[in-house]
Amino acid sequence: MIHSSLSQLGAALRAKKISSVELTQTYLDRIAQLNPTLNAFITVNPEMSLAQARAADARLAAGSAAALTGIPIAQKDIFCAKGWLTTCGSKMLHNFVSPYDAHVISQFNNAGAINLGKTNMDEFAMGSSNETSHYGAVKNPWDTARVPGGSSGGTAAAVAARLCAAATGTDTGGSIRQPAALCGISGLKPTYGVCSRYGMIAFASSLDQAGPMGRSAEDLALMMNVMAGFDERDSTSLQREKEDYTRDLNKPLTGLRIGLPKEFFAEGMGSDVAKAVEAALAEYKKLGAVIVDISLPNSKLSVPVYYVLAPAEASSNLSRFDGVRYGYRAPEYSDLADMYEKSRAQGFGAEVKRRIMIGTYVLSHGYYDAYYLQAQKIRRLIAQDFTEAFTQCDVIMGPTSPSTAFKLGEKGDDPVQMYLSDIYTIAVNLAGLPGMSIPCGFGANDMPVGLQIIGNYFDEARMLNVAHQFQQATDWHSRAPKI
Amino acid sequence: MSLSTADVEKVARLARLAMNDQELQAAQAQLNNIFGLIAEMQAVDTKGVEPMSHSQDLAQRLREDRVTEPNQREAFQAVAPQVEQGLYLVPQVIE
Repeated sequence: MIHSSLSQLGAALRAKKISSVELTQTYLDRIAQLNPTLNAFITVNPEMSLAQARAADARLAAGSAAALTGIPIAQKDIFCAKGWLTTCGSKMLHNFVSPYDAHVISQFNNAGAINLGKTNMDEFAMGSSNETSHYGAVKNPWDTARVPGGSSGGTAAAVAARLCAAATGTDTGGSIRQPAALCGISGLKPTYGVCSRYGMIAFASSLDQAGPMGRSAEDLALMMNVMAGFDERDSTSLQREKEDYTRDLNKPLTGLRIGLPKEFFAEGMGSDVAKAVEAALAEYKKLGAVIVDISLPNSKLSVPVYYVLAPAEASSNLSRFDGVRYGYRAPEYSDLADMYEKSRAQGFGAEVKRRIMIGTYVLSHGYYDAYYLQAQKIRRLIAQDFTEAFTQCDVIMGPTSPSTAFKLGEKGDDPVQMYLSDIYTIAVNLAGLPGMSIPCGFGANDMPVGLQIIGNYFDEARMLNVAHQFQQATDWHSRAPKI
Repeated sequence: MSLSTADVEKVARLARLAMNDQELQAAQAQLNNIFGLIAEMQAVDTKGVEPMSHSQDLAQRLREDRVTEPNQREAFQAVAPQVEQGLYLVPQVIE
């Protein structure tokens, strides 16, 4: 059962071969057994999950079930869920039981899906290894001495280890795609504005986007049908017609033009990663695709641009954590300013403080033009590169991450080295484009390699088609770690 | 360019983050490393390029001026560190 796809689980539930309570309990038992090793979940609440499962069983019995009714889905701990502890991986929110639901959470609730628990993550989604979580690092189920990637590392590890049927993530600079790659699962960051940010704890508001993480492109398409859609409570939510993201899954790929940016295949990519990506491209040629050489000349600037813009937005967003209305307050202080400074100093971890300081500095008097404005201008150049590239190709492909999963602690002392692990994913966020990662083989130490697929704006259905056809021809996505 | 100890102290104060000397020193070294990475940006000619604040060129949506949010004061104050009679309590600021 734990290896079944979402559509198989849905069919089994509707045919009464299994109840949602039984299925939910199966996953809860697996979490109880394996989470002490993996640390993929911060919170499980069997009572609340099983209450939802009983309601789903009633809905199934009444014949009013939707595609995901009764299916246990884990939620990244960045999404506020009513009655659930919602920490965002931070001590700052160690006691925050959310009084309301994020839009994404209500969408899953309305669909009758079960909230199986809240997954571990880098603190406030700032990290690429899950080591910045206040609740301890997540372990990669393929090798527990290695990181799962980040920031949606708990979700990636939980999906890979079959601790849930599928789960949610968020992606500001690669936080869905990079952990998906490092854990050998599939993940999709939609076009900016497609999934509502309401109730999703903000990191960098012009880049943050929620998306599905699962074991196949088909599962991601079913998740997208629930997650996507207009929400007036998010001022950047896009008003568009509702889409069926499964509609193009079975289209043939004959004539598909795949753009390969020469900058992604230059120095920096591990030879093991290159080998797996090239084998995937050969498979695509067999499926009828043609390869087009393209260039994204400004993409090399995406890391420096990102490390100005994202911290600037973060320093503003995280100013709300002041120890007054919610979250952590220092036990001792002399006056109001001292209370702010001590609550924030004690409540935030090192990486979060670092980014708040970068952001505060680049926005401060006298530096705005040199940093923030310059970064916004280069952001446009990066986005224009993609616009130009998509006149020559339908999708862009390359590696998701320059290497496979690294060892816990390996990059701990050097923030810059950690930042460079997102070198292939960040440009996509800056441009606001959809991007995904699917498993395409194994590299050094038998760790999974991810293939990145970048689409044009609102081209998620085509990207899912491109990924699904690959997954019909190969079995990388169905490999599971032995744990 | 590089940040002096005084710069880092000022940034920490602006960001409302209490830091001791040791933390300030560590932050100074790491921030200077990161600004080394960011410096790559400065050489790019961006004359005439319109800054991009957002990937979609959106105008702010307007809505009808009516009450849409229900009163949830009790639910919201249940998660506050210190409240009394419906008010959030902070250290005294006015003598």
